[in-house]
Amino acid sequence: MDSAKYDVIIIGAGPAGLTSGIYLSRAKMKVLILDSGMAGGQMVLTHEVANYPGYEGISGYMLSKNMKNQAEKFGCNIKTNIRIDSMSLEEEEKKISLSNGDTFTAKSVIIATGGQSRKIGAIGEDEFAGRGISYCATCDGDFFQDKEIIVIGGGNAALEEAVALTTYASKLTIIHQFDHWQAFESAVAEMEENPKIDYIMESRIVEFKGEQALKEVVIENIKTGEKYTKKIDGVFIFIGYEPRTEDFKGVIKMNDYKEIIIDAYFETNIEGVFAAGDCIHKKYRQITTAVADGTNAALNALEFLNK
Amino acid sequence: MTMTLQTNLQHVVTAADLQKTIEENENVMVCCGRMGPMCVPVYDIMEDLEKSGKYDHVVFQDMLFDNPEAHVIRNAPECAGFMGLPFTLYYKNGKVVEATSSIQNIDQILDIIEDKFAK
Repeated sequence: MDSAKYDVIIIGAGPAGLTSGIYLSRAKMKVLILDSGMAGGQMVLTHEVANYPGYEGISGYMLSKNMKNQAEKFGCNIKTNIRIDSMSLEEEEKKISLSNGDTFTAKSVIIATGGQSRKIGAIGEDEFAGRGISYCATCDGDFFQDKEIIVIGGGNAALEEAVALTTYASKLTIIHQFDHWQAFESAVAEMEENPKIDYIMESRIVEFKGEQALKEVVIENIKTGEKYTKKIDGVFIFIGYEPRTEDFKGVIKMNDYKEIIIDAYFETNIEGVFAAGDCIHKKYRQITTAVADGTNAALNALEFLNK
Repeated sequence: MTMTLQTNLQHVVTAADLQKTIEENENVMVCCGRMGPMCVPVYDIMEDLEKSGKYDHVVFQDMLFDNPEAHVIRNAPECAGFMGLPFTLYYKNGKVVEATSSIQNIDQILDIIEDKFAK
Protein backbone atom coordinates (compact mmCIF):
# COMPACT_ATOMS: atom_id res chain seq x y z
CA MET A 1 0.00 0.00 0.00
CA ASP A 2 1.22 3.45 -0.94
CA SER A 3 0.71 6.56 1.14
CA ALA A 4 2.18 9.91 0.21
CA LYS A 5 1.72 13.63 0.61
CA TYR A 6 1.48 15.83 -2.45
CA ASP A 7 1.12 19.55 -3.04
CA VAL A 8 -1.62 18.94 -5.61
CA ILE A 9 -3.66 15.92 -6.63
CA ILE A 10 -5.25 16.19 -10.06
CA ILE A 11 -8.23 13.92 -10.69
CA GLY A 12 -8.34 13.24 -14.42
CA ALA A 13 -5.53 12.76 -16.94
CA GLY A 14 -7.12 14.30 -20.02
CA PRO A 15 -5.78 17.45 -21.69
CA ALA A 16 -6.90 19.69 -18.79
CA GLY A 17 -5.42 17.48 -16.07
CA LEU A 18 -2.16 16.82 -17.91
CA THR A 19 -1.71 20.52 -18.66
CA SER A 20 -2.27 21.37 -14.99
CA GLY A 21 0.28 18.71 -14.14
CA ILE A 22 2.85 20.12 -16.57
CA TYR A 23 2.50 23.67 -15.18
CA LEU A 24 2.56 22.63 -11.52
CA SER A 25 5.43 20.18 -11.76
CA ARG A 26 7.48 22.75 -13.71
CA ALA A 27 6.84 25.07 -10.75
CA LYS A 28 8.44 22.37 -8.56
CA MET A 29 5.19 21.25 -6.97
CA LYS A 30 4.80 17.60 -6.04
CA VAL A 31 1.95 16.43 -8.25
CA LEU A 32 -0.11 13.25 -8.45
CA ILE A 33 -2.50 12.67 -11.37
CA LEU A 34 -5.17 9.99 -11.01
CA ASP A 35 -7.45 8.63 -13.73
CA SER A 36 -9.95 5.79 -13.80
CA GLY A 37 -9.05 5.18 -17.45
CA MET A 38 -5.98 5.78 -19.57
CA ALA A 39 -4.15 9.08 -19.87
CA GLY A 40 -5.71 11.28 -22.53
CA GLY A 41 -9.38 11.03 -21.59
CA GLN A 42 -11.74 11.63 -24.51
CA MET A 43 -8.76 12.76 -26.59
CA VAL A 44 -7.80 9.08 -26.95
CA LEU A 45 -11.21 8.41 -28.49
CA THR A 46 -10.54 10.92 -31.27
CA HIS A 47 -9.27 9.24 -34.40
CA GLU A 48 -7.57 12.33 -35.80
CA VAL A 49 -7.13 15.77 -34.26
CA ALA A 50 -6.81 18.32 -37.06
CA ASN A 51 -7.14 21.61 -35.20
CA TYR A 52 -4.64 21.42 -32.35
CA PRO A 53 -2.08 24.18 -33.00
CA GLY A 54 1.35 22.90 -33.88
CA TYR A 55 0.06 19.69 -35.45
CA GLU A 56 -1.57 19.64 -38.88
CA GLY A 57 -2.92 16.22 -38.02
CA ILE A 58 -2.21 13.88 -35.15
CA SER A 59 -4.09 10.93 -33.68
CA GLY A 60 -5.71 11.55 -30.33
CA TYR A 61 -3.72 8.61 -29.01
CA MET A 62 -0.36 10.15 -29.98
CA LEU A 63 -1.30 13.60 -28.67
CA SER A 64 -2.29 11.97 -25.36
CA LYS A 65 0.96 10.04 -25.23
CA ASN A 66 3.00 13.19 -25.91
CA MET A 67 1.19 15.14 -23.17
CA LYS A 68 1.59 12.28 -20.70
CA ASN A 69 5.30 11.93 -21.45
CA GLN A 70 5.76 15.68 -21.05
CA ALA A 71 3.99 15.68 -17.67
CA GLU A 72 6.06 12.71 -16.46
CA LYS A 73 9.25 14.34 -17.70
CA PHE A 74 8.56 17.33 -15.45
CA GLY A 75 8.02 15.01 -12.48
CA CYS A 76 4.28 14.23 -12.31
CA ASN A 77 3.36 10.88 -10.82
CA ILE A 78 0.56 9.53 -13.04
CA LYS A 79 -1.59 6.59 -11.93
CA THR A 80 -4.04 5.36 -14.56
CA ASN A 81 -6.82 2.76 -14.53
CA ILE A 82 -7.31 3.26 -10.80
CA ARG A 83 -10.53 3.21 -8.80
CA ILE A 84 -11.16 5.94 -6.23
CA ASP A 85 -12.75 4.49 -3.13
CA SER A 86 -13.30 7.63 -1.08
CA MET A 87 -12.54 11.33 -1.09
CA SER A 88 -12.45 13.97 1.59
CA LEU A 89 -12.12 17.39 -0.01
CA GLU A 90 -13.64 19.72 2.56
CA GLU A 91 -10.79 19.62 5.11
CA GLU A 92 -7.65 21.71 4.77
CA GLU A 93 -5.74 18.54 3.99
CA LYS A 94 -7.54 16.81 1.12
CA LYS A 95 -7.50 13.02 1.20
CA ILE A 96 -8.13 10.48 -1.58
CA SER A 97 -8.16 6.71 -1.06
CA LEU A 98 -8.00 4.16 -3.84
CA SER A 99 -9.67 0.76 -3.91
CA ASN A 100 -6.27 -0.94 -3.60
CA GLY A 101 -5.72 0.71 -0.21
CA ASP A 102 -3.39 3.51 -1.36
CA THR A 103 -4.15 6.83 0.35
CA PHE A 104 -2.88 10.21 -0.80
CA THR A 105 -3.15 13.67 0.73
CA ALA A 106 -2.62 17.14 -0.73
CA LYS A 107 -3.16 20.79 0.07
CA SER A 108 -5.00 21.36 -3.17
CA VAL A 109 -7.03 19.29 -5.65
CA ILE A 110 -7.86 19.98 -9.28
CA ILE A 111 -10.89 18.18 -10.67
CA ALA A 112 -10.41 17.52 -14.39
CA THR A 113 -12.55 14.45 -14.88
CA GLY A 114 -13.80 15.47 -18.33
CA GLY A 115 -16.85 13.96 -19.94
CA GLN A 116 -18.23 10.70 -21.20
CA SER A 117 -20.40 9.68 -24.16
CA ARG A 118 -24.03 10.20 -23.36
CA LYS A 119 -26.15 7.07 -23.59
CA ILE A 120 -29.77 7.14 -24.70
CA GLY A 121 -30.90 4.99 -21.78
CA ALA A 122 -33.10 2.64 -23.81
CA ILE A 123 -33.77 -0.97 -22.84
CA GLY A 124 -31.05 -3.27 -24.19
CA GLU A 125 -28.49 -0.51 -24.82
CA ASP A 126 -25.80 -2.10 -22.62
CA GLU A 127 -26.65 -5.64 -23.73
CA PHE A 128 -26.13 -4.90 -27.44
CA ALA A 129 -23.10 -2.59 -27.13
CA GLY A 130 -20.52 -4.13 -29.47
CA ARG A 131 -23.21 -6.47 -30.83
CA GLY A 132 -24.83 -3.95 -33.16
CA ILE A 133 -24.69 -0.77 -31.09
CA SER A 134 -21.58 1.35 -31.58
CA TYR A 135 -20.30 4.75 -30.50
CA CYS A 136 -17.39 4.87 -33.01
CA ALA A 137 -17.91 4.98 -36.78
CA THR A 138 -14.21 4.74 -37.66
CA CYS A 139 -13.78 1.70 -35.38
CA ASP A 140 -16.81 -0.34 -36.30
CA GLY A 141 -18.09 1.00 -39.64
CA ASP A 142 -16.64 -1.88 -41.66
CA PHE A 143 -18.74 -4.43 -39.76
CA PHE A 144 -21.78 -2.92 -41.47
CA GLN A 145 -20.81 -3.33 -45.12
CA ASP A 146 -24.04 -3.45 -47.20
CA LYS A 147 -26.16 -3.43 -44.07
CA GLU A 148 -28.99 -1.17 -42.98
CA ILE A 149 -28.16 1.04 -40.02
CA ILE A 150 -29.49 3.85 -37.86
CA VAL A 151 -27.62 6.89 -36.55
CA ILE A 152 -29.04 8.60 -33.47
CA GLY A 153 -28.41 12.32 -33.05
CA GLY A 154 -28.87 15.63 -34.77
CA GLY A 155 -25.65 17.53 -34.17
CA ASN A 156 -22.53 17.91 -36.30
CA ALA A 157 -20.98 14.65 -35.10
CA ALA A 158 -24.12 12.63 -35.91
CA LEU A 159 -24.60 14.06 -39.39
CA GLU A 160 -20.92 13.94 -40.36
CA GLU A 161 -20.54 10.37 -39.13
CA ALA A 162 -23.79 9.40 -40.89
CA VAL A 163 -22.37 10.60 -44.20
CA ALA A 164 -19.09 8.76 -43.50
CA LEU A 165 -20.96 5.55 -42.64
CA THR A 166 -22.69 5.48 -46.04
CA THR A 167 -19.31 4.27 -47.39
CA TYR A 168 -20.28 0.96 -45.82
CA ALA A 169 -24.04 0.91 -45.23
CA SER A 170 -26.59 0.19 -47.94
CA LYS A 171 -29.18 2.41 -46.24
CA LEU A 172 -29.00 4.73 -43.26
CA THR A 173 -31.75 6.34 -41.20
CA ILE A 174 -31.05 9.20 -38.81
CA ILE A 175 -33.32 9.39 -35.77
CA HIS A 176 -33.42 12.74 -33.97
CA GLN A 177 -35.47 13.76 -30.97
CA PHE A 178 -36.12 17.37 -32.01
CA ASP A 179 -37.95 18.92 -34.98
CA HIS A 180 -34.80 20.74 -36.12
CA TRP A 181 -31.12 19.93 -36.60
CA GLN A 182 -28.46 21.22 -34.22
CA ALA A 183 -25.72 20.88 -36.81
CA PHE A 184 -24.15 23.47 -39.11
CA GLU A 185 -26.03 24.15 -42.34
CA SER A 186 -23.17 22.67 -44.37
CA ALA A 187 -23.43 19.36 -42.47
CA VAL A 188 -27.20 19.28 -42.95
CA ALA A 189 -26.84 20.01 -46.67
CA GLU A 190 -24.26 17.27 -47.18
CA MET A 191 -26.45 14.79 -45.32
CA GLU A 192 -29.57 15.74 -47.34
CA GLU A 193 -27.71 15.34 -50.62
CA ASN A 194 -26.74 11.75 -49.77
CA PRO A 195 -29.17 9.33 -51.52
CA LYS A 196 -28.58 6.58 -48.95
CA ILE A 197 -29.73 8.72 -46.01
CA ASP A 198 -33.25 9.12 -44.73
CA TYR A 199 -34.35 10.65 -41.42
CA ILE A 200 -37.07 10.50 -38.80
CA MET A 201 -37.55 13.60 -36.63
CA GLU A 202 -39.09 13.99 -33.16
CA SER A 203 -38.52 10.34 -32.41
CA ARG A 204 -36.37 8.15 -30.21
CA ILE A 205 -35.42 4.52 -29.76
CA VAL A 206 -36.94 3.08 -26.59
CA GLU A 207 -35.80 -0.53 -26.93
CA PHE A 208 -33.12 -2.61 -28.65
CA LYS A 209 -34.01 -6.24 -29.43
CA GLY A 210 -32.14 -9.26 -30.76
CA GLU A 211 -30.45 -12.49 -29.77
CA GLN A 212 -26.68 -12.80 -30.28
CA ALA A 213 -26.76 -9.51 -32.15
CA LEU A 214 -29.11 -6.57 -32.56
CA LYS A 215 -32.04 -7.35 -34.88
CA GLU A 216 -34.62 -4.62 -34.37
CA VAL A 217 -35.43 -1.44 -32.49
CA VAL A 218 -38.61 0.00 -31.07
CA ILE A 219 -39.02 3.62 -32.16
CA GLU A 220 -41.32 6.06 -30.37
CA ASN A 221 -42.73 9.22 -31.90
CA ILE A 222 -42.16 11.71 -29.09
CA LYS A 223 -45.09 13.92 -30.15
CA THR A 224 -47.77 11.26 -30.56
CA GLY A 225 -46.41 8.48 -28.34
CA GLU A 226 -46.90 5.99 -31.19
CA LYS A 227 -44.44 3.08 -31.10
CA TYR A 228 -43.36 0.80 -33.93
CA THR A 229 -40.67 -1.77 -34.62
CA LYS A 230 -37.98 -1.48 -37.29
CA LYS A 231 -35.64 -4.27 -38.39
CA ILE A 232 -32.05 -3.05 -38.36
CA ASP A 233 -28.47 -4.37 -38.49
CA GLY A 234 -26.76 -1.68 -36.46
CA VAL A 235 -27.17 1.56 -34.53
CA PHE A 236 -24.54 4.26 -34.06
CA ILE A 237 -25.13 6.71 -31.21
CA PHE A 238 -23.77 10.27 -31.36
CA ILE A 239 -25.72 12.35 -28.88
CA GLY A 240 -22.88 14.23 -27.28
CA TYR A 241 -21.15 14.08 -23.95
CA GLU A 242 -22.03 14.64 -20.33
CA PRO A 243 -19.67 15.72 -17.56
CA ARG A 244 -18.16 12.94 -15.47
CA THR A 245 -18.97 14.45 -12.09
CA GLU A 246 -21.09 11.81 -10.27
CA ASP A 247 -18.40 11.25 -7.62
CA PHE A 248 -18.60 14.88 -6.48
CA LYS A 249 -22.38 15.08 -6.11
CA GLY A 250 -23.39 16.78 -2.87
CA VAL A 251 -19.88 18.05 -2.22
CA ILE A 252 -18.98 20.23 -5.19
CA LYS A 253 -21.51 22.77 -6.41
CA MET A 254 -22.91 21.92 -9.85
CA ASN A 255 -25.62 23.20 -12.16
CA ASP A 256 -28.61 21.24 -13.48
CA TYR A 257 -26.43 19.77 -16.25
CA LYS A 258 -24.03 18.28 -13.67
CA GLU A 259 -21.34 20.77 -14.71
CA ILE A 260 -19.08 22.03 -11.93
CA ILE A 261 -19.52 25.70 -11.12
CA ILE A 262 -16.25 27.61 -10.74
CA ASP A 263 -15.42 31.22 -9.97
CA ALA A 264 -13.19 33.55 -11.99
CA TYR A 265 -10.16 31.79 -10.48
CA PHE A 266 -11.33 28.27 -11.47
CA GLU A 267 -11.99 27.52 -7.81
CA THR A 268 -15.05 25.50 -6.79
CA ASN A 269 -17.21 26.13 -3.73
CA ILE A 270 -14.48 24.46 -1.64
CA GLU A 271 -11.32 26.42 -0.90
CA GLY A 272 -8.29 24.82 -2.51
CA VAL A 273 -10.36 22.66 -4.85
CA PHE A 274 -10.20 23.83 -8.45
CA ALA A 275 -11.80 22.43 -11.61
CA ALA A 276 -10.91 22.50 -15.30
CA GLY A 277 -11.86 21.06 -18.67
CA ASP A 278 -15.06 19.43 -19.87
CA CYS A 279 -16.41 18.84 -16.36
CA ILE A 280 -16.97 22.56 -15.72
CA HIS A 281 -19.77 24.84 -16.85
CA LYS A 282 -18.72 26.36 -20.17
CA LYS A 283 -19.89 26.70 -23.76
CA TYR A 284 -17.14 25.22 -25.93
CA ARG A 285 -15.55 21.85 -25.27
CA GLN A 286 -12.38 21.41 -27.28
CA ILE A 287 -8.90 20.05 -26.51
CA THR A 288 -7.60 23.61 -26.77
CA THR A 289 -10.16 24.97 -24.28
CA ALA A 290 -9.38 22.12 -21.88
CA VAL A 291 -5.68 22.95 -22.12
CA ALA A 292 -6.46 26.60 -21.39
CA ASP A 293 -8.63 25.64 -18.40
CA GLY A 294 -5.88 23.35 -17.12
CA THR A 295 -3.39 26.21 -17.30
CA ASN A 296 -5.71 28.59 -15.44
CA ALA A 297 -6.55 26.05 -12.74
CA ALA A 298 -2.87 25.20 -12.24
CA LEU A 299 -1.73 28.82 -11.94
CA ASN A 300 -4.55 29.63 -9.53
CA ALA A 301 -3.78 26.52 -7.48
CA LEU A 302 -0.14 27.61 -7.39
CA GLU A 303 -1.15 31.03 -6.10
CA PHE A 304 -3.32 29.35 -3.47
CA LEU A 305 -0.41 27.15 -2.36
CA ASN A 306 1.95 30.11 -2.13
CA LYS A 307 -0.42 32.21 0.02
CA MET B 1 2.14 -4.21 -43.17
CA THR B 2 3.31 -5.05 -39.65
CA MET B 3 1.28 -7.89 -38.27
CA THR B 4 1.51 -6.73 -34.66
CA LEU B 5 0.09 -3.88 -32.59
CA GLN B 6 2.17 -1.03 -31.16
CA THR B 7 1.66 -1.92 -27.50
CA ASN B 8 3.92 -3.08 -24.67
CA LEU B 9 2.01 -6.36 -24.45
CA GLN B 10 3.29 -9.63 -25.82
CA HIS B 11 1.84 -10.12 -29.29
CA VAL B 12 0.14 -13.18 -30.72
CA VAL B 13 1.30 -13.39 -34.34
CA THR B 14 0.04 -16.75 -35.54
CA ALA B 15 -2.86 -19.05 -34.74
CA ALA B 16 -0.28 -21.61 -33.63
CA ASP B 17 1.17 -19.05 -31.15
CA LEU B 18 -2.25 -18.61 -29.62
CA GLN B 19 -2.82 -22.35 -29.38
CA LYS B 20 0.56 -22.82 -27.68
CA THR B 21 -0.11 -19.98 -25.23
CA ILE B 22 -3.50 -21.25 -24.16
CA GLU B 23 -2.19 -24.81 -23.84
CA GLU B 24 0.77 -23.78 -21.71
CA ASN B 25 -0.98 -21.25 -19.46
CA GLU B 26 -4.01 -21.70 -17.25
CA ASN B 27 -5.35 -18.14 -17.58
CA VAL B 28 -4.95 -16.11 -20.76
CA MET B 29 -6.54 -12.82 -21.80
CA VAL B 30 -6.16 -11.89 -25.49
CA CYS B 31 -7.36 -8.60 -26.91
CA CYS B 32 -7.74 -8.58 -30.69
CA GLY B 33 -8.11 -5.15 -32.27
CA ARG B 34 -6.47 -2.23 -34.03
CA MET B 35 -4.73 0.90 -32.74
CA GLY B 36 -8.13 2.59 -32.67
CA PRO B 37 -10.03 4.68 -30.13
CA MET B 38 -12.05 1.78 -28.70
CA CYS B 39 -9.13 -0.66 -28.57
CA VAL B 40 -6.25 1.36 -27.12
CA PRO B 41 -7.89 1.88 -23.69
CA VAL B 42 -8.24 -1.91 -23.32
CA TYR B 43 -4.56 -2.55 -24.13
CA ASP B 44 -3.67 0.18 -21.62
CA ILE B 45 -5.65 -1.54 -18.86
CA MET B 46 -3.97 -4.87 -19.70
CA GLU B 47 -0.53 -3.25 -19.56
CA ASP B 48 -1.33 -1.68 -16.17
CA LEU B 49 -2.66 -4.97 -14.77
CA GLU B 50 0.43 -6.80 -16.01
CA LYS B 51 2.72 -4.14 -14.52
CA SER B 52 0.91 -4.18 -11.17
CA GLY B 53 2.25 -7.68 -10.43
CA LYS B 54 -1.09 -8.61 -8.83
CA TYR B 55 -2.18 -10.69 -11.79
CA ASP B 56 0.90 -12.82 -12.39
CA HIS B 57 -1.39 -15.83 -12.78
CA VAL B 58 -2.81 -14.29 -15.97
CA VAL B 59 -1.03 -14.00 -19.34
CA PHE B 60 -1.95 -10.76 -21.13
CA GLN B 61 -1.48 -10.68 -24.91
CA ASP B 62 -2.83 -8.86 -27.94
CA MET B 63 -3.35 -9.65 -31.62
CA LEU B 64 -3.86 -7.45 -34.65
CA PHE B 65 -7.42 -7.84 -35.93
CA ASP B 66 -6.34 -7.47 -39.56
CA ASN B 67 -3.71 -10.20 -39.30
CA PRO B 68 -5.10 -13.09 -41.44
CA GLU B 69 -4.07 -15.45 -38.61
CA ALA B 70 -6.55 -13.67 -36.33
CA HIS B 71 -9.31 -15.70 -38.01
CA VAL B 72 -9.12 -17.96 -34.94
CA ILE B 73 -10.51 -15.08 -32.90
CA ARG B 74 -12.65 -13.34 -35.53
CA ASN B 75 -14.44 -16.61 -36.29
CA ALA B 76 -14.54 -18.04 -32.79
CA PRO B 77 -18.09 -19.20 -31.96
CA GLU B 78 -17.94 -17.10 -28.79
CA CYS B 79 -17.52 -14.00 -31.00
CA ALA B 80 -20.63 -14.66 -33.09
CA GLY B 81 -22.64 -11.46 -33.27
CA PHE B 82 -19.68 -9.26 -32.32
CA MET B 83 -19.65 -6.00 -34.28
CA GLY B 84 -17.42 -3.78 -32.20
CA LEU B 85 -13.66 -3.69 -31.79
CA PRO B 86 -11.79 -4.99 -29.91
CA PHE B 87 -12.76 -8.64 -29.49
CA THR B 88 -11.40 -9.77 -26.11
CA LEU B 89 -11.25 -13.43 -25.17
CA TYR B 90 -10.51 -15.00 -21.81
CA TYR B 91 -9.16 -18.57 -21.89
CA LYS B 92 -8.99 -20.95 -18.92
CA ASN B 93 -7.23 -24.27 -19.43
CA GLY B 94 -7.40 -23.76 -23.19
CA LYS B 95 -11.13 -23.03 -23.34
CA VAL B 96 -12.88 -19.69 -23.87
CA VAL B 97 -14.66 -18.81 -20.62
CA GLU B 98 -15.67 -15.24 -21.53
CA ALA B 99 -15.64 -12.98 -24.57
CA THR B 100 -16.43 -9.29 -24.91
CA SER B 101 -16.91 -6.94 -27.83
CA SER B 102 -15.98 -3.24 -27.91
CA ILE B 103 -14.35 -1.03 -25.29
CA GLN B 104 -14.39 -2.17 -21.66
CA ASN B 105 -13.40 -0.25 -18.56
CA ILE B 106 -11.19 -1.50 -15.76
CA ASP B 107 -14.15 -2.46 -13.57
CA GLN B 108 -15.65 -4.64 -16.32
CA ILE B 109 -12.29 -6.31 -17.01
CA LEU B 110 -11.50 -6.88 -13.34
CA ASP B 111 -14.96 -8.34 -12.74
CA ILE B 112 -14.23 -10.99 -15.38
CA ILE B 113 -10.66 -11.66 -14.21
CA GLU B 114 -11.69 -11.93 -10.57
CA ASP B 115 -14.59 -14.19 -11.45
CA LYS B 116 -13.12 -16.44 -14.17
CA PHE B 117 -9.45 -16.40 -13.15
CA ALA B 118 -9.88 -16.45 -9.37
CA LYS B 119 -6.71 -17.71 -7.65
